[in-house]
Amino acid sequence: MKDRYIFFYITVLTVIVAALLSAAALVLQPFQEANVNNEKMMNILQAANVNIEEGANVQDLFNKDCVKMMLVNGKGEVVEETTENYQKFAAFTMNLKDELYKRDNGQDFVLPVIVINNGKENVNVLPLQGAGLWGPIWGYIGMTSNFQNVVGVVFDHKSETPGLGAEITTDKFRSQFQGKTIFSNGEFVSVDVVKGGVAKLSADLQKHSVDAISGGTITSQGVNNMIENVLGSYLPYIEKQ
Amino acid sequence: MSKNLELLTAPLRKANPVTVLILGICSALAVTAKLKPALVMALSVTVVIALSNLVISLLRKGIPSKIRIIVQLIVIATLVILVDQFLKAFVYDVSKQLSVFVGLIITNCIVMGRLEAFAMANGPWESLLDGIGNGLGYGIILVIVAFFRELFGSGTLLGFQIIPEGLYNFGYMNNGLMILPPMALIIVGVIMWLQKPEEDKK
Repeated sequence: MKDRYIFFYITVLTVIVAALLSAAALVLQPFQEANVNNEKMMNILQAANVNIEEGANVQDLFNKDCVKMMLVNGKGEVVEETTENYQKFAAFTMNLKDELYKRDNGQDFVLPVIVINNGKENVNVLPLQGAGLWGPIWGYIGMTSNFQNVVGVVFDHKSETPGLGAEITTDKFRSQFQGKTIFSNGEFVSVDVVKGGVAKLSADLQKHSVDAISGGTITSQGVNNMIENVLGSYLPYIEKQ
Repeated sequence: MSKNLELLTAPLRKANPVTVLILGICSALAVTAKLKPALVMALSVTVVIALSNLVISLLRKGIPSKIRIIVQLIVIATLVILVDQFLKAFVYDVSKQLSVFVGLIITNCIVMGRLEAFAMANGPWESLLDGIGNGLGYGIILVIVAFFRELFGSGTLLGFQIIPEGLYNFGYMNNGLMILPPMALIIVGVIMWLQKPEEDKK
């Protein structure tokens, strides 16, 4: 009798709790998804150097400033493109990590290109994905329409050390990237994150180097590798521009 | 009435869960680099302790004693998941900063300690007050630690610049050590040190 009571009690409790949690998840899910999407749009706009006013509706701003979204394949061909319903398009929703994984395994893959007009020019925003010291790092990089110069970058991380590696998200680190080039005499060189001070390098190297974060060496290297790795897979597309 | 008031106020000082019972230290180190996450964490823990105390107290006569810990955990876990979902939906930026620590309220010893030690043996009203009191007792330490860490580590409070810009021109620098977890432990230690003589007098 006693055991039966325990069994009955815990079953009823579990069913009640399960119902309560499912209901809460269903009701709150749209809000949570909206938050995630808003953050993504905000990051893309920041990478394109769009001036975002305090309290602006990010979604409206994004829909206004986004020119088009494309998916390009490993040969640099545009596979698909859209000029509407951006939040539902694969270039916005896809997981870059999966595509990089396919690339590394020699399979067909597609990469997103998001074109944003920041009021002065059209900026190609590309997503980034890589590894930091403690976990994944990711971000967006905005390039001029001919892919010669960097317009802006945004970085985020899962668990880099506060005050050290986590400094990659600060304006101070990010603003260094503006105006850097990723080509040197027509050769792809990416943007190097260097130790020891960019100011000491030759003028030619300064054009595609930024200062690493002191105390955040491995995260800085992670940023360096991430940019080189991801931009490298866009090269066939970039060369056609 | 005064007994009820005691339930609410005792955990703030002489029975403080962090500095006297030494519970919940882990999260006190993790979420106190800035004031805002500390406030949200304090509020979340208070809500979880108060409500789980209330629920367990209401159920206490029916809970089979063999599985009481399981029942307590189910109640805590449910409330924590609800709080986490709410934070993700309505204060997304703070929930990102708190990351896993909201989920880890489940394992916060203060919550389970109050359920086992108080709510299982007392009425709903007293349990609710006890829960709120302990949540605030935890929260007040969090806020004190976060206040000093943000002020000296970043020169700001709730994101507003407090240390005047002019001071930086004279060579003042934010203390990077303040942002790292060990400093939270030192501040908690200092609070205990200040609190101890007062306790010994009694």
